[in-house]
Amino acid sequence: MTISIRALLGACALGALATAAAAETTITVATVNNGDMVRMQGLMDDFNKLHPDIKVEWVTLEENVLRQKVTTDIATKGGQFDVLTIGTYEVPIWGKQGWLVPLDDMPDSYDVNDLLPAIRKGLTVDGKLYAAPFYGESSFVMYRKDLMEKAGMEMPEKPTWSDIEKAAAAMTDKENGIYGICLRGKAGWGENAAFLTTMDNSMGGRWFDMDWKPQFDTAPWKETITRYLDLMNNYGPPGASSNGFNENLALFQQGKCGMWIDATVAASFVTNPKDSTVADKVGFALAPNKEGVDKRANWLWAWSLAIPAGTQKEEAAKTFIEWATSKHYTELVAEKEGWANVPPGTRTSLYENPKYLEAAPFAKLTLDSINAADPTHPAVEDVPYTGVQFVAIPEFQAIGTAVGQQFSAALAGQISGEQALQNAQSLTEREMKKAGYIK
Amino acid sequence: MSTQASRAAARLMISPSVILLLLWMAVPLGMTLWFSFQRYNLLMPGQGGFTGWDNYYYFLTDPAFFTALKNTLVLVGGVLLITVVGGILLALLLDQQIFGQGIVRVLVIAPFFVMPTVSALVWKNMFFNPVNGIFAHIAQAIGLPPFDFLAQAPMLSITLIVAWQWLPFATLILLTALQSLDSEQLEAAEMDGAGAFSRFFYIMLPHLARAATVVILIQTIFLLSTFAEILVTTNGGPGNASTTLTYLVYVQSLLQFDVGGGAAGGIIAVILANIVAIFLMRMIGKNLEA
Amino acid sequence: MARKVSTRRKAIMTAIAWVIAFLIFFPILWTIILSFKSEGDAIKSPLQVLTSHWSFESYFVVQERSDYFRHFWNSVVISLGSTLIALVIAIPAAWAMAFVPGKRTKDVLMWMLSTKMMPAVGVLVPIYLMFRDWGLLDTRIGLVAVLCLMNLPIVIWMLYTYFKEIPNDILEAARMDGATLSSEILYVLTPMAVPGIASTLLLNVILAWNEAFWTLNLTAAKAAPLTAFIAAYSSPEGLFYAKLSAASTLAIAPILILGWFSQKQLVRGLTFGAVK
Repeated sequence: MTISIRALLGACALGALATAAAAETTITVATVNNGDMVRMQGLMDDFNKLHPDIKVEWVTLEENVLRQKVTTDIATKGGQFDVLTIGTYEVPIWGKQGWLVPLDDMPDSYDVNDLLPAIRKGLTVDGKLYAAPFYGESSFVMYRKDLMEKAGMEMPEKPTWSDIEKAAAAMTDKENGIYGICLRGKAGWGENAAFLTTMDNSMGGRWFDMDWKPQFDTAPWKETITRYLDLMNNYGPPGASSNGFNENLALFQQGKCGMWIDATVAASFVTNPKDSTVADKVGFALAPNKEGVDKRANWLWAWSLAIPAGTQKEEAAKTFIEWATSKHYTELVAEKEGWANVPPGTRTSLYENPKYLEAAPFAKLTLDSINAADPTHPAVEDVPYTGVQFVAIPEFQAIGTAVGQQFSAALAGQISGEQALQNAQSLTEREMKKAGYIK
Repeated sequence: MSTQASRAAARLMISPSVILLLLWMAVPLGMTLWFSFQRYNLLMPGQGGFTGWDNYYYFLTDPAFFTALKNTLVLVGGVLLITVVGGILLALLLDQQIFGQGIVRVLVIAPFFVMPTVSALVWKNMFFNPVNGIFAHIAQAIGLPPFDFLAQAPMLSITLIVAWQWLPFATLILLTALQSLDSEQLEAAEMDGAGAFSRFFYIMLPHLARAATVVILIQTIFLLSTFAEILVTTNGGPGNASTTLTYLVYVQSLLQFDVGGGAAGGIIAVILANIVAIFLMRMIGKNLEA
Repeated sequence: MARKVSTRRKAIMTAIAWVIAFLIFFPILWTIILSFKSEGDAIKSPLQVLTSHWSFESYFVVQERSDYFRHFWNSVVISLGSTLIALVIAIPAAWAMAFVPGKRTKDVLMWMLSTKMMPAVGVLVPIYLMFRDWGLLDTRIGLVAVLCLMNLPIVIWMLYTYFKEIPNDILEAARMDGATLSSEILYVLTPMAVPGIASTLLLNVILAWNEAFWTLNLTAAKAAPLTAFIAAYSSPEGLFYAKLSAASTLAIAPILILGWFSQKQLVRGLTFGAVK
């Protein structure tokens, strides 16, 4: 019985290999279910017309599930995917491991030098580009112009945290369901930990000193958490500890937030009259800083396409990536869906295009925010890591999420901010010791 | 009345199952045991090597470990309590003569057919969400501040979701048992002047005990590995408030990709689960023999 | 069962039962309702939701974005395939345990159940490595094998408890009449065992259909079942309640309908040894 089952399994395995060899030009693309990627799937006709010999299979998943699957697959060399959608966190780590195919032989027509320098830097390891940016983002302040006007205030283009606090206080009107400020509270290294890390940068703090000692016991982190909890407890929406990007987006679109500091890509969603009830009332400003601190609370992220080393279909995968991140694709989206909907934040030429600048009032601030982020020098003081709102080491996903859980618990009122920082400090120390960074 | 030949035949018939399950248990378990003594992180190839009890040390001294242990017990215990008590009440109700019995039964068992991920997503977004969820809308309508279930009472919320999924199962088994109850016995008791309550406590409940133990046994096996509901709703938080043992193993092995640490956690979870199992089987064994 | 009850009592019981049944079913009902709404309407308060415009739009969007039928077919093949193979392996074992019990039968049964206690998350990497080496990643046959092994203990247990209730006398009578082992199984036992086998089949198809860890982690595109289909809608950017509802409805509808139509069979054999 067992022998026959094994034979059956073996036969099927062979069958699977045989079909894989025959359909040489089918590539499997793993991607997140974000709006821009979903839009790309709707525009595949164009790609199929240009490259009839390549068939694209999509695997679209929610971000966390995607990350877990893609990481397992690439680390075990499972070979399930030919193109991966990954971020600026994974690229430096995986590039260094030799897990990605370098994209340094793109044709001239691709115009690599057109990529925004900050984004390109984030995707380059030892001088080689390992992933092509599909869309890039920083973070900035989105606020309700009408509410600010009603309160008799004006948002400076470069606000400080004190300006933000004053504005939040002035706009809050809980009776009418308007909360002065919405910020991320949901635990996760890419959720509240990302935001709070940038906030800490703008207070003059950092994650680790040059000996990899965690810095949660320093003054900037204390100030960050204190001011964050103050803001959210006094002027934030209920249930903020489970609000991530999506939840806040929905709140802002429904007109329940006076201000929202988050990803620049959100700008096109909140100004889109189809989904947003406040489309024509949104103003933008740079992410805040503390008076006298040189860094602002703006991050840098780019969802990018990369090819896992070892795939049999490297050429087809490259062809696809070239198409998806080209100027041609940008024009295609502009033609079908309008300039405001093109994937932002990857190419200089886009920000010189008058049609885009006209359609996207937030373009200039987006560009400024992206350019102001420096993944190699994220903090005022020197750090041993790269990454603005994350630390590009493999352990960070788990540490960042655990630390995020502590801050989330503080926001939910289960522990004090002080306690959260103490816990964060001890658990990070523990993990860093376990991983061998601290002796 | 079994002969030598039928014994041999019986052994032959059982062996495929036993061998397959042995392989299914031994191979991953063996690999896990091996990995649990290795320094093996998927994200850091080339850093391997024997590491002794380190992985166990770190897993057992994890600040979340005891919380996770407690939460696992709360979850399993809570769901069992709700489903067994609720299941008995529902079974009694469905055993009554009512109009549209078929439709009522169909509605009651429906949650059992829903994927755990889907039910977690639905409860989290459409019900528990403090702004757009139904409970928030109801609270708003009667002038109460919205309650943020998943942040303020994460374990309770998750227990409710899981109990909702398993209630139909318990109800079905208990109903089957109830219907097998000899109605003459009940009628005789009624004639003897036994009230509804004493009939319930002295005749029905003892009869249901066996079914209840089966419900407990089967559900415990599934509940110990509850994972999707936590991942979707709270990610184990806020803080560690809803981290269970299974979730802790997940954090080690799939968030941190620390295969060694995850393996050690897996082994510890298996040991603890088997302690529970031995305890359970003592209980069930007794009840099933009877 | 056939006791007479007063109409008044019956009416009260009916009312209570209906209210409770409605409450239990409500989350599913609400999901179905939201799937026929626009994203903007789906987040309004319940009354506004009910009075807003109904449309199939979300279903079209979902179908356009991800091929429902391919996922559906994978789910069917995987859940049915794994259950059928498990039945083939389990029926002889359960038969032998029920009719030729040894001293250790109970222990073997309990041991089988205990193999289900291994947390799947802890063994993903070892299994993934094996699947990679055998070329089973993203294949239906691989998932069939895993789910079959996963549910085998439950299948054996269910069949065993059901077989045990078949009176031994009948079998002995058949043996007296000179029936061979195979004809005994084929002509005597099988007809009596059909309800038990049917409900075992149903329950395990449901369990396999809803299994979301292995099916999600061992597949990519070709073998991805409905659990992966759902993962594409779980928390995207922007409003998503209507699309999530539509996708959820599509994912649970087949099994819900199957379960409802076969609930009599499901209940008939579903004793787990609970009844004596």
